Amino acid sequence: MQPESAMTPALEVTVLVSIGRHPLTGRVRRADQDARGVELARSLADAEVRLLHAGECNESSEAALRGYLGMGFSELALIEQPEGADVLPALSEALDATSPHLVITGERAERGEGSGLLPYLLAERLGWPLVSGLAAVESVEDGMATLLQALPRGQRRRLKIRLPAIVTVDDAAPTPRQSAYGPARRGTLETSAGEVCNDDEWATWQVQPARPRPKRLKIVKAASARDRFKAAAAKAEGTGGQVLTDVTPTQGAEAILTLLRDEEVLR
Amino acid sequence: MSQLPRRDPRQEWIARNRLHPRHEEVLAALGQGATSEWPGPNGLVRKNPHRVGFIGPNGIKRIDRSGTQQGAGGGKASAPVAEHKPLTEIAEPAFLVAVVPDMAGGRLSGHDKDLLGLARRLADADPAAQGAVLAVVFGSHKETNLGEAGVDRLLHLDSPEIAGYAPEARLGALITVEQAWTPRHWLLPDSKLGGGELGRRLAARLGERPATGIWQVEADAESATGWQCTARGAAGSLDIRRPLPRIALALAECAEPVSETRHAAAELVLPQPLPSTLSRIQDLGQVSVDPASVALSEAEFILAAGNGVRDWDAYHRAASVLGATEGASRVAVDEGYMPRDRQVGATGTWVTARVYIAVGISGAIQHLQGIQPCEKVIAINMDPSCDMIKRADLAVIGDSTQILEALVTLVSQAREEKRDAA
Repeated sequence: MQPESAMTPALEVTVLVSIGRHPLTGRVRRADQDARGVELARSLADAEVRLLHAGECNESSEAALRGYLGMGFSELALIEQPEGADVLPALSEALDATSPHLVITGERAERGEGSGLLPYLLAERLGWPLVSGLAAVESVEDGMATLLQALPRGQRRRLKIRLPAIVTVDDAAPTPRQSAYGPARRGTLETSAGEVCNDDEWATWQVQPARPRPKRLKIVKAASARDRFKAAAAKAEGTGGQVLTDVTPTQGAEAILTLLRDEEVLR
Repeated sequence: MSQLPRRDPRQEWIARNRLHPRHEEVLAALGQGATSEWPGPNGLVRKNPHRVGFIGPNGIKRIDRSGTQQGAGGGKASAPVAEHKPLTEIAEPAFLVAVVPDMAGGRLSGHDKDLLGLARRLADADPAAQGAVLAVVFGSHKETNLGEAGVDRLLHLDSPEIAGYAPEARLGALITVEQAWTPRHWLLPDSKLGGGELGRRLAARLGERPATGIWQVEADAESATGWQCTARGAAGSLDIRRPLPRIALALAECAEPVSETRHAAAELVLPQPLPSTLSRIQDLGQVSVDPASVALSEAEFILAAGNGVRDWDAYHRAASVLGATEGASRVAVDEGYMPRDRQVGATGTWVTARVYIAVGISGAIQHLQGIQPCEKVIAINMDPSCDMIKRADLAVIGDSTQILEALVTLVSQAREEKRDAA
């Protein structure tokens, strides 16, 4: 509406995408959190969104990457790296060159080590601030972004951050749109070569499919048979709480209110 | 005064000798009251059945046949057991194991306790050169038995710049700890409550490659640190066995929590003040979320209704004023007052709320199972003998409609006063 808005430079957003793995079938796919990040970037007003991936380029990974192109993109920048390489130098070099305002990533990869360290290392290398576990981007103006961070238990926290910045996306972010087949076929992968840095440490580790974790045993440390029996037959009981009998409703409500205030659940 | 129990052999002898003239008064002084059993003059054991047992807390005579009690001693339960845990003090630790617990809600969570148990294992591995566990706690907390959880040294940082979401300031504090004491191990919970983020920031700043998602740690003489760990990778689908690095982010149940010893939890002070960092992230505070949109299983504050609720409109109004998520017992759902997806209990949802208010719920065993992980349970009920009252930390006996009404009035009054003041 305002004439100035046409003059303001567009917000440059880069989404780092990775190749995911379906949790049940193990097939390659677009990674869930990265797809949520792309959806978040699409929802930003006048943003120029660019997709960036560093990794191997073969048939199966191409199929997965085209899943992102099907979300309405014509191209995806691909920095070619061999299998098992450390992609950090290549990515930081690419980000340094393009210097976007906002970098969006998922929290952790679905294949490989999946330690979730990459955004932190990138932020440390580039010297940018980082916010983790994002649910939404509320607004971007004057080089500051107002973000909504997802907390456990469905809570949200509002943050203001100075751009350029790196943000990671939580599972609470909007679900990604379906990938359309036609645009996914038509889109192109702009392949370029990047600095290669081998991850020697990873090669020395023993990696195997995850085995189920043993269930924790309930250890009863009791001296007598009676205590052991009581522990085995115990019902869920508190440690003897306070019972208020013969109080007026107001007195009872005051006691409850004090406890609620102590626990800081009232807003 | 020393806490050691002092024995007086003469008193004990008089207590054993029923024919001694001072027998009764000595028994009273020893706190045993009248004995129910004594050796008779011919060597036979004599019993007085009227003196067996003690008067329980509810005024009913109880007989404890475990052999721990003799005479009318009074129902001393296992309260002094905690006192008997040996206190371990490590004056000159060979090294430090730093732990940064999440302290969600100001208390140690189960995850934090497991982590402290792991830290104790790392510290106590070599009895010749024992290490000390240093806990770095941010913000004010309500935890009173940090020592029993295995903390030797406590660094409590509670300044305004690290309050709220301040990862950069907290990272600065951890870097100061690193420079001051250089712990051999850094252990953080790999959780969404802040530990996972802070640990990764610390690793990135120190340039160490951490292990994330650790669930098992074993001693291994061949590795550089003397420990081998198993970590989850690739979204939980891989197990990675590797030497334990200096910075470790561990999952819940990575070790058994400390249960047999007590530790000093001596307060430490940072040798230099916290570095002042220019924060690029500004915390604007928590946003109010519609409580009805929060899933019941992860809601923090639940107001649950049962068979005892008569005025359902008042109940819904109370839930909206308090900002609580609504839950229900099976009876209320079966009667059609609440939807099925709001049912709490073994046949409904297992809830993990921090505060759970049960209004008119008597506490069937299935319901009590469903609320087992809840920290604070408040019961409002007419019946003072129901099971929910026994489980509750605070129970108010009375009419639920009136109490809820009074609570709503108090809360809205407090809000009004705050608005007027502002």
